[in-house]
Amino acid sequence: MFLLKGEWYDLRDLGNTVGGLLDDLRDIGAPDWTIYVTSSLIGAVGILLWTVLSCLAFIWIERRVVALMQNRKGPNRVGPAGLLQPVADALKLLLKEAVTPRSADRVIFWAGPVLIFIPALVVFAVIPFAPKMTLADLNVGVLFLIAIAGINTPAVFLAGWASNNKYSMLGAMRTIAMLISYEIVQVLALLGPVLFVSSMRMGDVVAWQDHFNTWIFFIQPVGLLAFIIAGAVETNRSPMDISEAESEIVAGYHTEYGGIKFGFFYQAEYLAGFAIAASIVTLYMGGYTLWGLEDYVPAWLIFLGKLYTVFFVYIWTRGTLPRLRIDQLMAFAWKFLLPLMLINALVVGAEVLIWRENDIDATPALLAIGAVNLVFGAILVAGWARFLGHGTGKQRGQRAILTQEVGAVHFTPEPAP
Amino acid sequence: MRTKVLTGLDIAHKIEQKLAGAVEEALPEFAMIKADRLIETLMYLRDDEELNFKFLSSLTGVDRLEWFEVAYHLESFKLNQSTCVKVRTFDRETPLVPSVVTVWQGAHLQEREAYDLMGIYFDGHPDLRRLFLWDGFEGFPLRKDYLGMPGGLMPGLERFPGEPGVELSGRGTE
Amino acid sequence: MTIKSEPFVVNIGPQHPSTHGVFRLRLTLDGEKIIDADMVMGYLHRSMEKLAEERTYTQNIPFTDRTDYLAAMTGNLAYVMAVEKLMRVEVPERALWLRTIMAELQRIASHAMAVGIFANDCGAWQTPVMHMFRDREKILDLFEMACGARLTLNYMRIGGVSKDIPPEWMPQARKLLKDLPKRFEEYEDLLLNNEIIIARSRGIGTLTPEQATSYSVSGPMLRASGVAWDVRKADPYGAYDKVDFDIAVGRHGDVYDRFVVRVAEMRQSLRILEQALDMIPEGPVHARLGTATVQPWGQPVAPLAYRPPVGEAYARIESPRGELGYYIVSDGSPAPFRFHIRSPSFINLSPLKLMSVGMTVADAIVILGSVDIVVGEVDR
Repeated sequence: MFLLKGEWYDLRDLGNTVGGLLDDLRDIGAPDWTIYVTSSLIGAVGILLWTVLSCLAFIWIERRVVALMQNRKGPNRVGPAGLLQPVADALKLLLKEAVTPRSADRVIFWAGPVLIFIPALVVFAVIPFAPKMTLADLNVGVLFLIAIAGINTPAVFLAGWASNNKYSMLGAMRTIAMLISYEIVQVLALLGPVLFVSSMRMGDVVAWQDHFNTWIFFIQPVGLLAFIIAGAVETNRSPMDISEAESEIVAGYHTEYGGIKFGFFYQAEYLAGFAIAASIVTLYMGGYTLWGLEDYVPAWLIFLGKLYTVFFVYIWTRGTLPRLRIDQLMAFAWKFLLPLMLINALVVGAEVLIWRENDIDATPALLAIGAVNLVFGAILVAGWARFLGHGTGKQRGQRAILTQEVGAVHFTPEPAP
Repeated sequence: MRTKVLTGLDIAHKIEQKLAGAVEEALPEFAMIKADRLIETLMYLRDDEELNFKFLSSLTGVDRLEWFEVAYHLESFKLNQSTCVKVRTFDRETPLVPSVVTVWQGAHLQEREAYDLMGIYFDGHPDLRRLFLWDGFEGFPLRKDYLGMPGGLMPGLERFPGEPGVELSGRGTE
Repeated sequence: MTIKSEPFVVNIGPQHPSTHGVFRLRLTLDGEKIIDADMVMGYLHRSMEKLAEERTYTQNIPFTDRTDYLAAMTGNLAYVMAVEKLMRVEVPERALWLRTIMAELQRIASHAMAVGIFANDCGAWQTPVMHMFRDREKILDLFEMACGARLTLNYMRIGGVSKDIPPEWMPQARKLLKDLPKRFEEYEDLLLNNEIIIARSRGIGTLTPEQATSYSVSGPMLRASGVAWDVRKADPYGAYDKVDFDIAVGRHGDVYDRFVVRVAEMRQSLRILEQALDMIPEGPVHARLGTATVQPWGQPVAPLAYRPPVGEAYARIESPRGELGYYIVSDGSPAPFRFHIRSPSFINLSPLKLMSVGMTVADAIVILGSVDIVVGEVDR
């Protein structure tokens, strides 16, 4: 296996194949810009194909998995075991009439789905799928991630506002408030890996995790939790799908969209979910490395496996948890997660400083950091929750009083919150 | 234990002791109260310690062909008793009755329903408008002389077609 | 500098995934806070009260299925009890016990749906609903065995019930009773202690007992406010005075307590059922008040037309939604002179404005879910 290393048929890293092709192009004397354009085209088309195919597959997987959690079967009629259901869905959306309301702002209405789709897709440019499979390994990769994810906010608002519909407006307003709050939490959570690695390049983060043989997950548990929650909010996934809360405002900001325009929203939600899962895998879970297994198994397969596992956790929470109210969600972000993340950044900075200054050996340092972070994080989460009033008796469930006397009154007025 | 049903005669007796002249007619099933003494009587029924009728179980309008009447079924939780009082409008042309929203808030929706379907006007109701039917609907459907009744003012059925002794005519052939 | 903002009106319904039917709620919002809530009903108004005046008393029994279509047994029961009161009819023992058993099974089915839909309103994507429907299906199978229908049952008759239960009904009912307590434990665990559901429903839509009594609220909503009033205990009908059960009462009168009371009531229904299935006597299931004449094939069959004496009667029972009452006025003819349904869903909506003002839109949905309306009953 190692004999194949680096040759163009070494499929453990598809970058080798592309590299071989580019070398051939260079040999026949093509100018530099053609090589550049070719390589980026191949990368972009590859990512596009992969995301679309994954999305189709996950439509089926999500519906089946959520159905199993609800004690029923999912789609199993269209095609063998329902496998052609996504195809049927896609065909239906393509063939439906995409109605534009007469009083909607036509240009922005048209631009809404496009604007939502773009950030979800572009984020994949900086994700390393394998050692040589990063479309653009910018040395400010993490910053790029955050910046592009920020385009989500105005896109959602424009979609809701252009619909000229009160439900959509409500959904859009809620979404902006939500997305802005959780972006701050997300950025602060990302400080953890960046401080440890002292670089913003995504490839460097993976290399650091490979070099020290550890995942940043083990030394940053609270940060990962906050990033997962913030990620769920950023991509409007349940339990934070308030902007499209079906039982309240029908479909929120994409109420008025039909046909393939809705298809774009639907797909963009999956893509954004994949993007967040990809960032989690890269920054916290070791990327494409698996403690040496990437010498045998193709690295991008390991990466995809991890990505799908993280995405499965999102599907799991969707099938299980009810939805929070918007003000409760905001209170959670500002009062709970934000102070937590600030303290986290402080602690990480202190740890990194102590490590570097005193030039401690890697393994005991990392073990110590992991233990301290875990214990300190648990104490902080529990303590802060208690300080804010959660976890006390007020939040416990209570059963009804059972009585036999008719006409008695057992009322205790609720103490004002 | 069973709910003690205060007959119309008992209730009339109790009301007469406190508010003389308020009761118009007393039958075993109900006590008919004069319209202008209605609110004070019902407040007495609600607030009195031995009656304690704090729960308005049902407010129903009935079309009695010559007048309308409104039946109030009352219940008391603490003393576990129930009773029925009624009030009637003067005649069919002026179906006006005082509103009891100030006595029990639960009368709000039920009076709107009685107005909407039967056409009984409640004097003093804060928001008397149509409930089930749309604004601008002509007429009051539950009245016995509403357009839909076959044969005009004919309450119910005298003989059901198909009963022994009645020849089977098609429905609606009058 | 003050920002000028004006309140805007949002329509929730009539077509909406979460209004439990065609029901419209016009909310005037200031941002996310509700300033005014106006209910618009009548989208399902079928003029049952008028139609019933043209049909015989027995022909009106299917109407009572279709008012509260999620609790048809109790709908039937209230109506036939009112007519029996009017006609002063004695119902045989076995029929009373059968009525009790069917009413309690219906209560479990209806509350299962109410609790599941409430969790759905809170945002849990139908997972609790699907689990609760599993139990509801088993109960509906029992109904199908007894009377042939699952939803609009038409089982009770004036003077008893329409048919006796087949021999295989009892063993299946007992098997169901063995399975249910475990599943109720599961539901209580998952839903009652769920922090998000508690956060969404504690302190929302509070009603004090005085307000609840004044607004004529009844059923689980009244009991959640702390008033221990249950028609089954206060004025027993059927066989309720012979079985032992408790009234479930809440503490704070908010949405969470209504939810808790419904779950507790399901357990008490189970208790009643266990006793009733053992204590039910043999005997006739219908007081034969008169027979329909059977004509040879091709000739019309005379319908059974009871002629109650002139008078009126008001009978009430405890349906899963509250106090269901029927006010029947008779003038001696085969059809009622006045047929009025005191529907609990309709009257329980009285305090909706009081509960909603000051809350957010999401809370309004949850409050509406906690009232547990069935629009067939609201509009009739």
